[in-house]
Amino acid sequence: MEAETTQSHTSSEHNPHLAHHFGSLTQQFDSGKLGMWLFLATEILLFGGLFCAYSVYRANHPEIFIYAHQYLSKFWGALNTCVLLFSSFTMAWGVRCAQLGRQRGLVVCLALTLLCGFVFLGVKYVEYKEKWQHGLLWGKYYSPVHHHDDSHEAASGEGPAPQEGHPAVASAVAQSMTPTVVLTTDAGVVVERSKILPAPTGPGGLASLSAGRESHGDEPRNVQLFFSVYFLMTGLHGVHVIVGLACIGWILRRAVRGDFGPGYFTPVDLVGLYWHLVDLIWIYLFPLLYLIH
Amino acid sequence: MAAVLVRTEHITPTQTIMGADAYNKMFTLHGAMMVFLFIIPGIPAALGNFVLPLMVGAKDVAFPRLNLTSWYLWIIGAVFAVASLLVGGFDTGWTFYTPYSTTTPFKGVIPIATGAFILGFSSIFTGLNFIVTIHKLRAPGMGWFQMPLFLWALYATAIIQILATPVLGITLLLLIVERALGVGIFDPALGGDPILFQHFFWFYSHPAVYIMIVPAMGVISELISVFSRKHIFSYRFIAYSSIAIAVFGFLVWGHHMFTSGQSSLMNMIFSALTFSVAIPSAIKAFNWVATMYKGCISLKTPMLYALSFLFLFAIGGLTGLFLGSLTTNVHLHDTYFVVAHFHYVMFGGTVIAFLGGLHYWWPKMTGKMYSDRQGQIACFLIFIGFNLTFFTQFIMGTHGMPRRYFKYSEQFTTLHVLSTVGTYVLLVGFLLVAYYLIDSLVRGPKAPSNPWGGASLEWQTTSPPPVENFSQPPIVGDPYDYGDLVYDPEIRGYRKLIKTGAA
Ligand code: HEM
Ligand SMILES: [Cu+2]
Repeated sequence: MEAETTQSHTSSEHNPHLAHHFGSLTQQFDSGKLGMWLFLATEILLFGGLFCAYSVYRANHPEIFIYAHQYLSKFWGALNTCVLLFSSFTMAWGVRCAQLGRQRGLVVCLALTLLCGFVFLGVKYVEYKEKWQHGLLWGKYYSPVHHHDDSHEAASGEGPAPQEGHPAVASAVAQSMTPTVVLTTDAGVVVERSKILPAPTGPGGLASLSAGRESHGDEPRNVQLFFSVYFLMTGLHGVHVIVGLACIGWILRRAVRGDFGPGYFTPVDLVGLYWHLVDLIWIYLFPLLYLIH
Repeated sequence: MAAVLVRTEHITPTQTIMGADAYNKMFTLHGAMMVFLFIIPGIPAALGNFVLPLMVGAKDVAFPRLNLTSWYLWIIGAVFAVASLLVGGFDTGWTFYTPYSTTTPFKGVIPIATGAFILGFSSIFTGLNFIVTIHKLRAPGMGWFQMPLFLWALYATAIIQILATPVLGITLLLLIVERALGVGIFDPALGGDPILFQHFFWFYSHPAVYIMIVPAMGVISELISVFSRKHIFSYRFIAYSSIAIAVFGFLVWGHHMFTSGQSSLMNMIFSALTFSVAIPSAIKAFNWVATMYKGCISLKTPMLYALSFLFLFAIGGLTGLFLGSLTTNVHLHDTYFVVAHFHYVMFGGTVIAFLGGLHYWWPKMTGKMYSDRQGQIACFLIFIGFNLTFFTQFIMGTHGMPRRYFKYSEQFTTLHVLSTVGTYVLLVGFLLVAYYLIDSLVRGPKAPSNPWGGASLEWQTTSPPPVENFSQPPIVGDPYDYGDLVYDPEIRGYRKLIKTGAA
């Protein structure tokens, strides 16, 4: 508001939240809201690329997805879905409180949303750690520990060699010696490969026909693709959760300071929109990655 | 700069001043830098940010801070591009095709991809700002169809920026993690699909060529009308064709991949769609010519650029159609014909229009007039130099000279030498422009409010405009109605005819 020297506003009393180039608060609010929606559209398109990659690979190689998704824990995934849904609810309630000028309600709701976000990240951490310990990683680092397959010692020599001195791989191998370690997923279910149709060749999918990692046991080829997709999608989503938490933390601070009221709650509204989008993307990710049939 | 070096290398058929690696890095650098750093943001960010709020009659764009962020992002992106050179450069071509880009030994790929990713954000923020400004901040009384056509063009561009750039973002992000962590989405050795990269890339990059050309068309619409002193011919068609280009532009990316092994049905569909995208461009060209017809044309520097644009863009667009039809494409793909095509549209189109716009709004931005005579000479040099450089490349392309080679067979020597000489002429032209523009800042006469007699709102305020753009609210009228503007030699500019009321 440095430049505000000459112009006197038409509105009767000067509002500190009104930027100099807007005529009224409504105009400012509408502009902000339109801007946010456009931004959300770009976010959806950003994820759109990944969803597109997902559909291409799933259509071309359904067997990979059916086999590999069993290593994901439906329990943790469902829990996280509930947590995020609840956080969207508290967020929406928070916006309502801001509109009505309920100061305490707003602060409580934002704090709850923040808490849910952290719970989500915590659960994600547990899941990632488990994948890491079992070598269920993306692309080049995929080196699973086949606990139920005695011939795996020979097989593990194939494919891309694990990194020299890779601590996680080393520990995973060490753990695989002890019989107590069993995958905590539904991995025990043996996939009936006969039921899975052979992959059609997709547009330009020729290269992947002859190339890629070998399969062994009941495991189809190129399982690492699933984990690449899994880590990319949930990873990018996780980054968005972190950004969302930072924004919520920021408006929480402002809310405690008493910045918002029925006359001015634009930031709460906009951060709310963003948070709902993050939630919505997870709602799609959960069935796509965890609930495959 | 890099371009001059690349062309100099081609004076002789074999090695002249650099080796194959240096050559590969050079043209890649030239391509990536020009496309991502200059041509894409050129007109919207450099001219648009200044002109757009003036044209809608607003005090500023809707989100000034976002705008500033976008400028900083541009700088950071540029820093990354330079950093990529320092760590060893890259030789993938501006398209970064996988799996080569994930396996090339040069270390500059990650920095340049990061740079382009950041520039993408800069571009998105600019587009977002424009859309909101046009929607919400138009001066009272200005409906959608009282907007100057440049605004329609910027609006269409902003839509493409917002809808296409995120896809480039995710593509580059995947490329980066692929190279850094070995994710394998595009790597056949890990079961990935490299063709997917090409689809993603062109899904952005074909619309991106319209990010480059649509604002250029907007500039031309302004110039042609003002310097013909005639109302633009069929305003609505030009406005709608901008939007049509934005929409169709999303459906044709496959024409860059005819030879990549996609099915022939897909090839046919993409080819047909490619033809349809030429229709709105042709509509515009027709309307510009119709505007000039029986107009009172004055060949000031900006108008010269506009005429060059018409000529060069016609060639560029028509050769695009040659490339868009399947049979000729198989022959011409990855030859100099393609190189010449996109230089005709990107240089002959975007850069020429940028120069035209720069000369048109320069007095408004700086408050100083430059020498029109020198401007005309420079424009002439650039026109000649450009045609010498690139028309020869069309001929070489049809005779089979492949692109991205640093040596060539003897038969092409004359044409290559001609092409290189053209580059030098071009360079001289540019130096002249730089000289007299800087000179005008120091010694140029003060510019009047309305030196060209434009009727859009930016000419109602002083040159340069005050901090809040207008000292009194502008009066909205038809942006192409020149009837009541008369030249006044005293102020060396145009002013409104004062109706005496005695009539
Ligand atoms: C009438 C409209 C246009 C048509 C029908 C058209 C068609 C084509 C086709 C079919 C190709 C692929 C050639 C090949 O690789 O075999 C191509 C390449 C290209 N076009 Fe266009 N084009 C048009 C307008 C433009 C415009 C306006 C621009 C930019 C301002 C542009 C920039 C490019 C670029 C940069 C390439 C080369 C990409 C590369 O391989 O590096 N085109 N065009
Ligand atoms: Cu294209």
